[in-house]
Amino acid sequence: MRVTQPVADPQAPLARRNPLAKLAAAFVLSFPLLATLDPLTPSIYLAVELAVVPFTGVRWRALARVMWPLWLAAAGVLFAQLVFAAERTGRVVASLGPFEIHSDPLTAGIGLAIRIFAVALPNLLAFATTDPTDLADALVRYLKVPARFAIGALAALRLLPLLVAEWDSLGMARRARGIDAGFNPIARLKLFGSTLFALLVGAIRRGTRLATAMEARGFDSGTPRTMARSQHFGLADWVLILAAVALAAGGLALSVTLGLFRPVIS
Amino acid sequence: MSTVQFRGFGFRYAGRRAPAVRDLDLRIEHGERVLLLGPSGAGKSTVLAAMAGLLSEESGEQTGEVLVDGADARQRRDRIGFLFQDPQTQLVMARAGDDVAFGLENRGVPPHLIWPQVQEALRRVDFPYDLTRPTDQLSGGEQQRLALAGVLALRPSLLLADEPTALLDPSGSAVVREALHRAVADHDTTLVLVEHRVADVLSLINRVVVLAAGGGVAADGSPERVFRTYGEELAASGVWVPGYTPPRVERPDGGSGAPLLTATGLGYRHPGASQPVLSDVDIEVRAGEVLAITGENGSGKSTLALLLGGLLRPSTGVLHAGPALIAGHSRLARTPPHRWRAVDLTSRIGSVFQNPEHQFVTATVEDELALGPRRLKLPAAVVSQRVTELLERLRLTPLARANPYTLSGGEQRRLSVATALATAPRVLVLDEPTFGQDLKTWTELVLLCHRLRSEGTGLVVVTHDRPFADALADRAVSLHRRQPQVDTTVVKERP
Repeated sequence: MRVTQPVADPQAPLARRNPLAKLAAAFVLSFPLLATLDPLTPSIYLAVELAVVPFTGVRWRALARVMWPLWLAAAGVLFAQLVFAAERTGRVVASLGPFEIHSDPLTAGIGLAIRIFAVALPNLLAFATTDPTDLADALVRYLKVPARFAIGALAALRLLPLLVAEWDSLGMARRARGIDAGFNPIARLKLFGSTLFALLVGAIRRGTRLATAMEARGFDSGTPRTMARSQHFGLADWVLILAAVALAAGGLALSVTLGLFRPVIS
Repeated sequence: MSTVQFRGFGFRYAGRRAPAVRDLDLRIEHGERVLLLGPSGAGKSTVLAAMAGLLSEESGEQTGEVLVDGADARQRRDRIGFLFQDPQTQLVMARAGDDVAFGLENRGVPPHLIWPQVQEALRRVDFPYDLTRPTDQLSGGEQQRLALAGVLALRPSLLLADEPTALLDPSGSAVVREALHRAVADHDTTLVLVEHRVADVLSLINRVVVLAAGGGVAADGSPERVFRTYGEELAASGVWVPGYTPPRVERPDGGSGAPLLTATGLGYRHPGASQPVLSDVDIEVRAGEVLAITGENGSGKSTLALLLGGLLRPSTGVLHAGPALIAGHSRLARTPPHRWRAVDLTSRIGSVFQNPEHQFVTATVEDELALGPRRLKLPAAVVSQRVTELLERLRLTPLARANPYTLSGGEQRRLSVATALATAPRVLVLDEPTFGQDLKTWTELVLLCHRLRSEGTGLVVVTHDRPFADALADRAVSLHRRQPQVDTTVVKERP
């Protein structure tokens, strides 16, 4: 049995907000970043986002662990800008043998890298602090998502770790049958395909059993469902959304005022 | 309290030629506690699903009727509770309390009434944790008790259970049976139970109904009368009749055979986990011996089976293959079994997994058996001879062209053992081979293992099936979750 450590302290002020408020705030913040290309706006957002991390209850170390794909993406973008930029303008910042780094592509690259973090971080924080059960409840209660879909997805989510274990088990079972691919890429692909097929067959069976068990407990019987867990969308949740709107607008305004605003479509 | 009435009931699943059930006339009275028996294929599960109102009109063709309290079972679903076999696929929510509340929410019970009922249901099954306990941190027995609480919270007057303890270890089974016992003790609930291991549930029931393979009811009455009159017939059809003693096999005489596998300080820790699931195991697998590995769920038995099967890289310790197993392959002597190529492994160490379907990779039984020998590049004549032999030996000849996925549980088990034998390994590792099997397959497995042993194969049997271990084991190792993990290696003296 593997005990997963909770990523966030559920009692932190921002973690306690309604899941929908958190997702709305994250959405509001990513929107203007799709509109402008300047490096200032994302920098402001990122600075504020990092400043609120302590209020989300997410530990820095846990955050760093889930952020590694972002570092990879940011490094990739920066590298692409430096090497493949069409216009190598600005002064030369550094030179590595025949290869020169110009200031304009460097600024653009850093700006893009910051955008990646600024867009991803609020979403990461929102999901890291949200219990899937609460999210499903909130979707049903406030967005009128059908319970059939929300609770069904939630139940399916519970089966995901089983799939991971099943995948390992299928691989070992194939090895025990004398099937391995060695270094042959075609054999590898075939083995992958046959294992995936077996995994799907198992998953469908499990899904069917789960659906029958849910039906036997009256799910989808036509009776209007009640909710055992209370949902609260209060003043603090509205404040969170409004704060995100204010930050989004403020950042844009500042960038326009300083003449740095570069719309994506001009 | 509920009554159940079957009148000329029959059901044929869509896409099947033969009906799963036919000509069933049966009446179950208020508060009766019925054990439903029958050979595999007699339609026990279908009958149970019909009573639960879970056979939809699209899934097949029904004849006759099934009435619960005088109305079609599908209209009485709110009076019926169903406890399924697999705890993993009947828990819906991530937290224990939420899961029990799930059914009440579906019923539209007002929120302030839900939680007292959840508490009450959890008390009835003696659930040892609080409401926020994550359901994936429960043992199988605890999960099944939680599932029962979820069913009881809805106060069913008809409780149905389909082999509710088949997937649990003995201690887990005992607590679930205990909880079921308390649930029907008030005599207000009608109980219908399907269970192979009859002796375990005798105290729960007061009537036995035996379904006939060809349709209808073969026997019906009090447990004493049914088992006295039909005991032998039932045992022959695979039912674990109380008082029935399984066949004894003579352990072979003579000293121990050559060591095939030697484990020293063997241990395993899941990547990222803080505690190992298995540590410091020292055991030896010898030719012509059955080594039984027993222990409760979570003690690392299956992990040990994978390690001994050369399928998992040990985190600590070494697994050494003896000269008798390697037979002159100096290349294999230098590397541990988990690094051998699959073909080298499969001709030396065979593994039979708990779930037979995990090991099926082809479309017919025949191809399944031929796969291993073909990978060993044996001549076609030898391959077909081996396939024919194995089909005969494991009574699979009539099924040679069938798809492995369509076989019954017992047939799948026989096939999975046969596929491992096709490459003639010196060591055979079996993980819970008797899991969910009826008496017939169980007996066959005992005899087969015994025969393999006398042919010089070294067998490792991981099992929580005590009678199976007792019938076969030359040596037994029992694993524990607490430290020290391997508490004793009981060496049974041969008679």
